[in-house]
Amino acid sequence: MTVDRRGWRMRLLTLWLPLGVSLLFALFPFYWMAITSLKSNQELYNRKVMPLIVHHPTLKHYVDLLTETDFLLWTWNTFVVSVTSTAISLVFGAMLAYPLARMRFAGATLVSFAIAATYLVPQPLLFVPLADLINRLGLGDTLTSVILTYPTLLIPFCAWLLMGYFRTVPIELEDAARIDGASRLQTLVKIVLPLCGPGFISAGIFAFTLAQNEFLYALIFLTKTEVRTVPVGAISELVRGDVFYWGQLMAAALLGSIPVAIIYSFFVEHYVAGLTAGSVKG
Amino acid sequence: MTVESLSPALMRRRQAFSLGRWLERESVFSWLMVALPVAFLVALVGYPFFYGIWISLQNRPVAQPGVFIGLGNFIADWHDPVFRQVVLNTFVYTIAATLLKMVGGLGLALVMNQNFRFKNLTRALLLLPFIVPTVLSTIAWQWILDPAFSVVNWVLVHTGIADPGPSWLGHPHLAMFSLIMVNTWRGLPFYGITLLAGLQTISPELYEAATIDGAGRFGRFRYVTLPLLKPIIFVVTMFSVIFTFSDFQLVYVMTRGGPANATHLFATYAFDIAMGAGQFGQGASIALSMVPPLALIILAMAIYMRPSKS
Repeated sequence: MTVDRRGWRMRLLTLWLPLGVSLLFALFPFYWMAITSLKSNQELYNRKVMPLIVHHPTLKHYVDLLTETDFLLWTWNTFVVSVTSTAISLVFGAMLAYPLARMRFAGATLVSFAIAATYLVPQPLLFVPLADLINRLGLGDTLTSVILTYPTLLIPFCAWLLMGYFRTVPIELEDAARIDGASRLQTLVKIVLPLCGPGFISAGIFAFTLAQNEFLYALIFLTKTEVRTVPVGAISELVRGDVFYWGQLMAAALLGSIPVAIIYSFFVEHYVAGLTAGSVKG
Repeated sequence: MTVESLSPALMRRRQAFSLGRWLERESVFSWLMVALPVAFLVALVGYPFFYGIWISLQNRPVAQPGVFIGLGNFIADWHDPVFRQVVLNTFVYTIAATLLKMVGGLGLALVMNQNFRFKNLTRALLLLPFIVPTVLSTIAWQWILDPAFSVVNWVLVHTGIADPGPSWLGHPHLAMFSLIMVNTWRGLPFYGITLLAGLQTISPELYEAATIDGAGRFGRFRYVTLPLLKPIIFVVTMFSVIFTFSDFQLVYVMTRGGPANATHLFATYAFDIAMGAGQFGQGASIALSMVPPLALIILAMAIYMRPSKS
């Protein structure tokens, strides 16, 4: 079968080769994080040693990271902040999405325009006034400061995504519930919400990863070590002056990425659905 | 109506009933639902936005009351050579990174739109750079491009391409190039996976029809794929442009705007002036300067990408 052989060569050129290069490019930094974190300092800073593999693996950087810094506390803070702001965003997002998806009311256009506009506001536009506002409220160096501000980044996305899911619920189901005497709130809670589970998972996963990723507000609002999140803690406490603790930094980068990666791996389909919903449907 | 229906007991019931009815009205129920989140967004997005404009019109050193100076800060920005450099840097960074992500992402989507084993696993792995916290992966890149221990340079030296390797973050143009590459690394999967979802919505019959009409591989791409993908490319590009133009994390971690301001963007410069130098008014004016160019870019894209009438 000569066709097969030509087909195979074509496939190598149009599929496996570009795919391999993409995977190498995408994953190399993670490999590099992992092996750097396992090298001893002698090995790390010796230019004569071949750097692509670990010659004498050691867990010293991990031990140091967990015992000498507040890494576990930062991880806990990041977790608390991400979970709370995601929860707030899902509730508020649903409260915005349901009426916009199903009802006609005065000001609906204005509200949906405002949500779209909020979606497009980049954080660096607001950090100066927000820093001032947080200060005046006396919320500096509290987790509340970021728990309050992160939802502003997450709500528009959650609302947008949930609107799409609410629209997929057959209106006949809601009508039937209403005829049976259910109030609008009961219809929402007992009929619509249970059918939109996947939408909430998609929005939740997406919001959670965004919250984990946030840096600017955390950097500005959280200046004490006991309230820091992982990214801010790593940047400000594992780099002292001009000295970079590369082993610990890479250990922190890897450990800090793992929670997101695990949650993501369980819900990757939902994540992709969330990622693509906005642009494909809209 | 009979006289009976006017009996007091029934009147009361009707009244209670109508309060329930009032709550059930679409407009009342809707506003009861949206009022709280709308108030939240107004307080933490709407109000800060206008308050930021007010701050930008003041001379306002940190922890001191501001003095209104009109457009003074914006005029000072205009005459500030660093600010001009920042504008140029931001445009170079945004245009280069967006083009790379767009072309690379489209290529990746086309490659991924074939059938092969482990497709879902591959897709999940390719998305990793996008989901992992940016600051953490950027630290890894900074180490990969380290002046003394860069693994890229180790490869360059040991394959005989260059000796010694370049200082990736120490040279103005190379530093900008490195930032653009890292931004592309992070953003390309978003493009790729979103466009892939778009590709999968294109009906195979259209390709068959085009083939029957004599279109080759390129023809099918040019006259079927591209036009149908246009709206999605527009939305993804709009997001990408906004968040690349206002990027902060990458630059803050890798170069802090250096060397010699060669990689300062609006966001990092505004941060330096507001948080580093404590000039809130000036910092706010730099951040707000992002709005007109961003609005223009989005408008231009909207006009260029508008659905062509055929």
